[in-house]
Amino acid sequence: MVQVPTQFDVLVMPNLYGDILSDLCAGLVGGLGVTPSGKIGANGAAIFESVHGTAPDIVGLDLANQTAMLLSTIMMLRHISLHDYRNKIRTACLDTIRDKKVLTEDLRGKSKLYLLSCAKNAVLMSRYCSYSSFSTDLRSYLAMLA
Amino acid sequence: MTARCVRTLSGSLQLLLRNRWPKPPPAQYGGRHTVTLIPGDGIGPELANHVRELFRFCCVPVDFEVVNVDSTMDSEDDINNAIMAIRRNGVALKGNLETNHNLPPSYKSRNNLLRTTLDLYANVMHCQSLPGVRTRHRNIDIMIIRENTEGEYSSLEHENVPGVVECLKIITRTKSLRIADYAFRTAREKGRTRVTAVHKANIMKLGDGLFLECCKEVAGGYPEITFDSMIVDNTTMQLVSRPQQFDVMVMPNLYGNVVSNVCTGLVGGPGLVPGANYGEDYAVFETGTRNTGKSIANTNTANPTAMLLASCLLLDHLKLHAYANMIRRAILSTVTETRLHTADLGGQGSTSEVVQSIMKAVESTGPRTLSL
Repeated sequence: MVQVPTQFDVLVMPNLYGDILSDLCAGLVGGLGVTPSGKIGANGAAIFESVHGTAPDIVGLDLANQTAMLLSTIMMLRHISLHDYRNKIRTACLDTIRDKKVLTEDLRGKSKLYLLSCAKNAVLMSRYCSYSSFSTDLRSYLAMLA
Repeated sequence: MTARCVRTLSGSLQLLLRNRWPKPPPAQYGGRHTVTLIPGDGIGPELANHVRELFRFCCVPVDFEVVNVDSTMDSEDDINNAIMAIRRNGVALKGNLETNHNLPPSYKSRNNLLRTTLDLYANVMHCQSLPGVRTRHRNIDIMIIRENTEGEYSSLEHENVPGVVECLKIITRTKSLRIADYAFRTAREKGRTRVTAVHKANIMKLGDGLFLECCKEVAGGYPEITFDSMIVDNTTMQLVSRPQQFDVMVMPNLYGNVVSNVCTGLVGGPGLVPGANYGEDYAVFETGTRNTGKSIANTNTANPTAMLLASCLLLDHLKLHAYANMIRRAILSTVTETRLHTADLGGQGSTSEVVQSIMKAVESTGPRTLSL
């Protein structure tokens, strides 16, 4: 896994190995801030949550990376078959990270949580929003903050 | 310390003082040591031959008593012969014995049987970044000390209800104290400053909780060494993002298996890292990650570095430090300077070419007898 992780596709394993391997893979892809998860039950009940814990040391400091929570939401939307919304949010989220302009500290950026959130919304709105003046206002607001 | 003093101490401290640091066996028959050699399966036999070839070339005063173990046979006679030979000689160099998991549950892993019978309680692996090997992370220097005889490898499983299997993980106070003490003593001997206990005590509160408690108890006796603990899933994540933060790590059996394989992957692969199994009376040396390498057996492509470095650890254990250092220098110069790498490191060299290169490096250091 640490030498050639790309050889793996889907891995199925018991509980303990899953715990260890999922954190290991999270470390490989960028850390706990970008790793979503879902717990699917036999009766269709499902809980989607990020892999990271409560991180009490950074509470209230506006430092948390919300990508994990957002990607978990995307998993949830796919589970409940809201594919349209899922695709929009997913594109916005991944584009923001790909642009590398607005990233939180755990991804070696300098932006705060709030700005990252706004950036994602801006990408979302600029692509899909029909109210062009609204998206222009948002972009100018972002430019003012930065 | 007198016997009366030892008896008045608490149980755990008594245990620690009674545990001896493993002593090398005395040389016999004109200053030559006899070492048991178990070639094993897969790439084991060819690597064992290379070790013998190299030792003969370097005039190392070690004679090998070869004991072949057929891992496909149901009877335990072969492995019992090997154990008897190791009891006789005190030291062994071993290739991995394949454990086919298609065989019935009554067939116990031969490697595990060897370790538990000889009570080789400490598995030590030193993972270091080598200059000539390209890896994602640099400057890794981690010592992994893994409990080798209990934990999840106790081979205690039962199926009371069809379809429901219970597997017992055994953690004992005695063995946990023993391995913790070994870890701290090793850290002190090697001048290390930090020991990290790896556990999952938040879930396995009694089992790993006991292990952690024992480590904390032993840590109290080594004030100059910083002790901390980390949950195993966080450990693996930290290892792939920031492995330089770790120094010495001590852990139960299964986590040791996982963490040692991760660390080996981080420094360049299973072909580079040797491993040592120490007990109170015996020591067995092998490759760190215990791979059989069945798919590359007899293709002359296996990386001999791990087995050859294990043989250097063997020589250090026998107090033949001059020979050990000479061979280790030659091996490291081949890997780092000459950069003759086998396929697992992205090179095109064959096993025999690498061994020849090591012998050339040894030759270039000068005469090998008497001056040592």
